[in-house]
Amino acid sequence: MPTVTFEINGTRQVLADVDPATPLLWVLRDALGLVGTKYGCGIAQCGACTVHLNGEPARACSLPVASVEGQSITTIEGLGPRGELHPLQEAWIAMDVPQCGYCQAGQLMSAAALLKANARPTDEDIDRAMAGNLCRCGTYPRIRAAIHKAAEGVRGEGV
Amino acid sequence: MSRHVYTTEVDEPLVIDCLARAQHAFGRSGAGMARRTFLKLAGASGLGLTLGFSLNLRAATDGAEPPALNAFIRIAPSGDIYIYAPNPEIGQGVKTSMPMIVAEELDADWQRVKIEQAPIDPRYGLQFSGGSRSIAVNWDALRQAGAAARAMLVAAAANKWSTDPSTLRTDASRVFNARGESLSYGELAAAAALLEVPGPSSLRLKQREDYRIIGTAIPGVDNRAIVTGEPLFGIDQQLPGLLYASYARCPRFGGTVVSANLDEIKRLPGVEDAFVLDAKGSHSDLVAGVAIIGASTWAVMQARKRLQVEWDTTHASTASWSRFNREAQQVADDGDGEVLIDNGDVGRAFDDAGSVVESFYTYPFAAHASLEPMNCTAWLKGGILDIWAPSQTPQRGIASASAATGLAAQNIRMHQTRIGGGFGRRLLNDYVAEAAAIAQRVSAPVKVQWTREEDFAHDHFRPAGFHKLKGATDKDGRLSAWQHHYITLQFNGEIVSGGSLRENEFPVLNVPNYRLTQTALDTGTPCFAWRAPGANSVAWVFQSFIHELALAANRDHRDFLIEIMGEPRWFDAGNPNSLNTGRAVDVIKLATEKAGWGRPMPHQRALGLAFHFCHAGHVAHVVDVGVDDNNKVTVHKVVVAADVGPVINPSGARAQIQGCVIDALSTMAGLEITLENGVVEQSNFDSYRPLRIAATPEIEAHFIASEYPPTGLGEPGFPPLAPAVCNAIFEVTGRRVKTLPLSREGFTV
Ligand code: FES
Ligand code: FES
Repeated sequence: MPTVTFEINGTRQVLADVDPATPLLWVLRDALGLVGTKYGCGIAQCGACTVHLNGEPARACSLPVASVEGQSITTIEGLGPRGELHPLQEAWIAMDVPQCGYCQAGQLMSAAALLKANARPTDEDIDRAMAGNLCRCGTYPRIRAAIHKAAEGVRGEGV
Repeated sequence: MSRHVYTTEVDEPLVIDCLARAQHAFGRSGAGMARRTFLKLAGASGLGLTLGFSLNLRAATDGAEPPALNAFIRIAPSGDIYIYAPNPEIGQGVKTSMPMIVAEELDADWQRVKIEQAPIDPRYGLQFSGGSRSIAVNWDALRQAGAAARAMLVAAAANKWSTDPSTLRTDASRVFNARGESLSYGELAAAAALLEVPGPSSLRLKQREDYRIIGTAIPGVDNRAIVTGEPLFGIDQQLPGLLYASYARCPRFGGTVVSANLDEIKRLPGVEDAFVLDAKGSHSDLVAGVAIIGASTWAVMQARKRLQVEWDTTHASTASWSRFNREAQQVADDGDGEVLIDNGDVGRAFDDAGSVVESFYTYPFAAHASLEPMNCTAWLKGGILDIWAPSQTPQRGIASASAATGLAAQNIRMHQTRIGGGFGRRLLNDYVAEAAAIAQRVSAPVKVQWTREEDFAHDHFRPAGFHKLKGATDKDGRLSAWQHHYITLQFNGEIVSGGSLRENEFPVLNVPNYRLTQTALDTGTPCFAWRAPGANSVAWVFQSFIHELALAANRDHRDFLIEIMGEPRWFDAGNPNSLNTGRAVDVIKLATEKAGWGRPMPHQRALGLAFHFCHAGHVAHVVDVGVDDNNKVTVHKVVVAADVGPVINPSGARAQIQGCVIDALSTMAGLEITLENGVVEQSNFDSYRPLRIAATPEIEAHFIASEYPPTGLGEPGFPPLAPAVCNAIFEVTGRRVKTLPLSREGFTV
């Protein structure tokens, strides 16, 4: 079987003997032990598996690993700069966003991509950017509030 | 009785704000009848964890582990306090709130508390998460665990100072003497752990006004691990040499395996083995199927697609949603069903009525659809079976695994994991039985992983139901008669869980003339408890029909509802599952006041009201709803008033209310499971579509911090939403919603 090489959370990763059709999700979870990225539907409907592909949100369940050859992937484990929390992660903790917590890695990855593209999102911007992320527990009000809070924090620090 | 109301709002900086308000909320003590009743109840409910006291844990102090004061508490010399959370965490917050109760009576410094999930052990009593009962059942034992440890620390300090323990006090993990000297819990723990564990009767529990931790908003203890993607959930279990398994069951419940193309499957890349398992135990234990074992989740999922099974469907389900509908209509037309309740004389009341209303209500099956699909990891090694299961009933999971394997329960070790949503599905342990039976055939740890499609196909659904109603008001416009034919479902001759009406369901005891009859249709597809079982659907029926009756009698809905409640009384005083009309009226008044009941509303907008009592919680919702010319329903705002006794963690409570509202809205709007010839027609989130973030209304929660014993909030916040919205839709459009979901009636949300 072929080899696939890509960058994962800033580190070059060479995978030997991998079925090129394997979704990135299962490579992350089973082969690399990065289990923060979750399986919810397998058909790009729930967003639990959201990662960043070259900085853009992507559903890892629907991304054959061969397609990320030479690309850069960020997962929830790599969202915060080394050892630190991303402002969204801080806001998530402070606003007590999670309930069961299962969807939250995907929610955070989508939210991080939103804030990078739009430092001052309105409620409508948030609704649009987060529409692909299902939360079965209904944490939506706090997700919205936490995105606003993180956006204020980031702006406040002049970042 | 004294009460205080406090409120949480979405956008405020929660942690600090709720802290101040919550302390205020418990800042007064009650007196009189209610207070005495509370004390009596608190003393009487002896269920739970008190076994923790009888164990001698001294041996545990020798090793590397910090000294144990009882099954719940270890304190390290550094001052770090380890508290064990006994019950499964499914997102309802008990991994945070239960240790808060222990820490309160321990008088711990919460900043130094570390929470660990407890092992499955008889010392922790019933370790389950269901029925909103975790807090209620364990309230006394958790407080006693904290208070006992505190007493031991005080005794240890008294020994050191050679003084009388009654002269000492504690605060934030320190014991103080009258001279103002202090010793930290960390300094005292080793000595305290050697002392006799005091009996519960000798303990002095705190007064509520002295609480410093209970009633403060504390973020979930796993939040940091969750937001950084650490392994927490059942699906995240990783073990050296772990194998992966897929388990194929018959698409029609009850089908068994005749044959399968096992040889072909075993030759596929990444597949290590494939074999057939027969059913064992009850219908919610091991179900017949084909196991495929392989080197990765993807390998077994791919092989699963190539699997061909010939099923014996002689006894398989033929459940059909279209047939249930026809049969229910037929049964309703034909007659009355079995008489379950017949109070007063409904016939005479109808003869003397001022107005009479008749209605027929239908609601569908619903799926649990927890976001983490069913899974379980098991490893049989040296005769011991280790299981890592996201189960709401891990103790029952041991029994399921034992039935599936023939192993004795004492040779099965169950490990709790965090759970990606339960909603009742994980009260069952069929996936645990599968992992156990597969582990018996595989000489390595193995993780059984269901696909989302399997999770839908093999759910035990929220039962559908049909209700034929006739009600009357008398000449003065008072509710006088209620006749109710409930057409429900039975599986193997037994009414399905969540498919019966409680005999004290509101307003059964409030109406002078009430008649309930029941007919059960046979289903071969099992149903099971689903968030607020029964209540999640019948509240819509009862509360919609009360609104119909109020309007027919030209009455204000709120006044009519309060009038039905009558004098403040607790029907079966001391029984938390019995309606207290005083508490009911209070939440109805509070919700309507806060929502501005009676105010003029904009064009195509109206307020809708509903109340429900279940799981010991009294809850009212008032919703502000708009319906446009295209039948698009917009829920602008939901005001919730709840009395669930003291709120342990206002942050968790707020989350539960918001979650209940959103789940109820989603379910009402468009969720239904349909079956034909036993096969489920929905397979994934493209055909079963919960609402997304954009449909989220503004939600305002008000809690009445009453002096009654606490109960959970994962369920009672759910039921009033659908009827409140449907009542508002009627106010705007003049159309009564009689079939759920709303999409069936041409509405979109
Ligand atoms: S698992 Fe990828 S979107 Fe659901
Ligand atoms: S927190 Fe449970 S699914 Fe979102």
